[in-house]
Amino acid sequence: MKLLSKKSLSSFSILPEIIAILLAFLISALILLFSGYSPLVAFSALFRGAFGSKNAWGQTLTQATPILFTALAFLLTFRTGIFNIGVEGQFLMGAIASALAGIYFSGLPAPLHIALSLLAGGVMGALWGLIPALLKAYLGVHEVITTMMMSYIASYLTSYLVNYPFKAPGWVAQTEPVAKSALLPKILPPTQLSLSFIIALFFSFLVSFFLFHTYLGFQVRAVGLNPEAAENKGIAIKNRQILAFLLSGFIAGIGGGGEILGVHGRFVDGFSPGYGWDGIAVGLVGKLHPGGCILASILFGMLRAGGMTMTRVTKVPLDLSLIIQSLVIILVAAPYFIKTVIMRRKDL
Amino acid sequence: MEIGVLFNLSMLQATIRMATPLTFAALGGMFCERAGVVNIGLEGIMLNSAFWAVFATHFSGSPGIGLLAGVLSGMALGAILALLTVKYYADQIVIGTGINIFGLGFSAFVCQKIWGSRGASGVVAGLPPLHFSFLDKIPYLGPLLNNNTILVYLSFLAFILSHYFLFYTPWGLRLRAVGENPQSADTAGINVHLYKMIFVTLGSTLAGLGGVFLSLAHLNFFAWGMTSGRGFIALAAMIFGKWTPIGCFLASLLFGFADALQMRIQTLGILPPQIILLLPYLITILVLTGLVGKATPPSDYKPYIKK
Repeated sequence: MKLLSKKSLSSFSILPEIIAILLAFLISALILLFSGYSPLVAFSALFRGAFGSKNAWGQTLTQATPILFTALAFLLTFRTGIFNIGVEGQFLMGAIASALAGIYFSGLPAPLHIALSLLAGGVMGALWGLIPALLKAYLGVHEVITTMMMSYIASYLTSYLVNYPFKAPGWVAQTEPVAKSALLPKILPPTQLSLSFIIALFFSFLVSFFLFHTYLGFQVRAVGLNPEAAENKGIAIKNRQILAFLLSGFIAGIGGGGEILGVHGRFVDGFSPGYGWDGIAVGLVGKLHPGGCILASILFGMLRAGGMTMTRVTKVPLDLSLIIQSLVIILVAAPYFIKTVIMRRKDL
Repeated sequence: MEIGVLFNLSMLQATIRMATPLTFAALGGMFCERAGVVNIGLEGIMLNSAFWAVFATHFSGSPGIGLLAGVLSGMALGAILALLTVKYYADQIVIGTGINIFGLGFSAFVCQKIWGSRGASGVVAGLPPLHFSFLDKIPYLGPLLNNNTILVYLSFLAFILSHYFLFYTPWGLRLRAVGENPQSADTAGINVHLYKMIFVTLGSTLAGLGGVFLSLAHLNFFAWGMTSGRGFIALAAMIFGKWTPIGCFLASLLFGFADALQMRIQTLGILPPQIILLLPYLITILVLTGLVGKATPPSDYKPYIKK
């Protein structure tokens, strides 16, 4: 982990990442060829489906939005040297809290209702992030396993809530729809793209500003880069890590809320295809920088949105998107492999 | 309440069945972690093995060939995980996450290509149950252990052999040294990278057997995402079992019981299944916090860079 963060911070070159992405497409092309599909036809349908029209762009950005939130959440913790793979749980807990606030707060004007519902999601996400933070700070429990377990607990807990106490009548496991006053406006009709996307961009700016232009953000990064030196300088490591967990959970929770209030209008069981897990990959592909994360989330949004068009037009299974995605994750996580084997560089 | 409905022979038989894939995967995860690599990718490895076992059985007509294919699939993904994390210092957790997504996507992709549906494959011949006549003579235990597939007996064998290997052979000692203190192991002349490569691959292969159990013994077909989190439950069982073979086995039995209980309760409709499904994860956190006996992992999840 330390190796990865040091390497990715010491050089600003994104060549290994670009090679990794190209290699992922190349291997996927080979898989397509072996299965008797034409990679050219499949990929052109994928790109057309993702960027070919105004609607395609809307779909891509809609898919990119939750991933951008979770990527920001992931990178905030990673910057303090914490491997928070529980973003999915924070995202889901935020989503359910926002949904319930959207349903049960009533008689509020729209902007206030939206703000309160999103805030409920953020606070819930932060609380969910606080649990592994405290376990790490005071009991020394490694966060990788606890955050992962917390994700699964959140997944089953929210599933229980929408299957039993908060289930709307009918066959589908979902809550009642949120009040109209809590719905985020759509910004590119007829696509699902909502104000949530703009909020995600705004948070990217905030995170960037926090990390690189505030003293507290500098401390957070210092803890991640060299905990011993940071401690010698009098920075309380535990506090900064707990802070990062809280901010991370808050952002992931807002992301979950944005997805409910912007796209689904209610909490539907299993609505997240793993946006929290995507965020980990996007955070790393984006080189742990909010700007990079915006680009990387569009790449992943493209795979999700374009994949649907590709399946409709070319009959290539939708799961090709997952294969490309997994290969991007694996190859981007192995910069040393890319540098020594593919780029033939010996100087590392 | 009719407690007899929950604690009877068929329930115990179901426990053994549901514990088998967990035992394999937990032991597999334990070997990886003993070598210093946390294997988050167990889920994807199991799923892929489950798929290739059905694939090979479909085309060969023999579940034995299917079993072999599942083993090879686990070995292949394990080798990739080992190569990237050990030789190329890639991050273990990210590669594991990638393997999980790959397992889900790749199995569904090929499934759709062969059977025209990403949801499920066609039905294939499963592994036959074995009958031992000497077991008939033992009351209670006989009917419980008899008429299982070979994988159930292999899982018993695996945990016993693992225990012996890890604690009573020089290779086991070296493996533990490699995971706990790679620096000293290296100084003592142990080929740290080789040990890591071998045991991460071996551990993943074991997890693959767990996947094969799901598709050739529990069900006789492949279904989309049919591991449904068992790879992560296995990680939980490994931690609850404190990274020891016996612990892994007992924890797998407990979580296997929870799985069987969850299915039974779902049909009876007395308690929401989600609550039981989340228990293993909750227990794991409690174990890690020391509330149910302190557990410390044998390694710190970092790549070992030879100086």
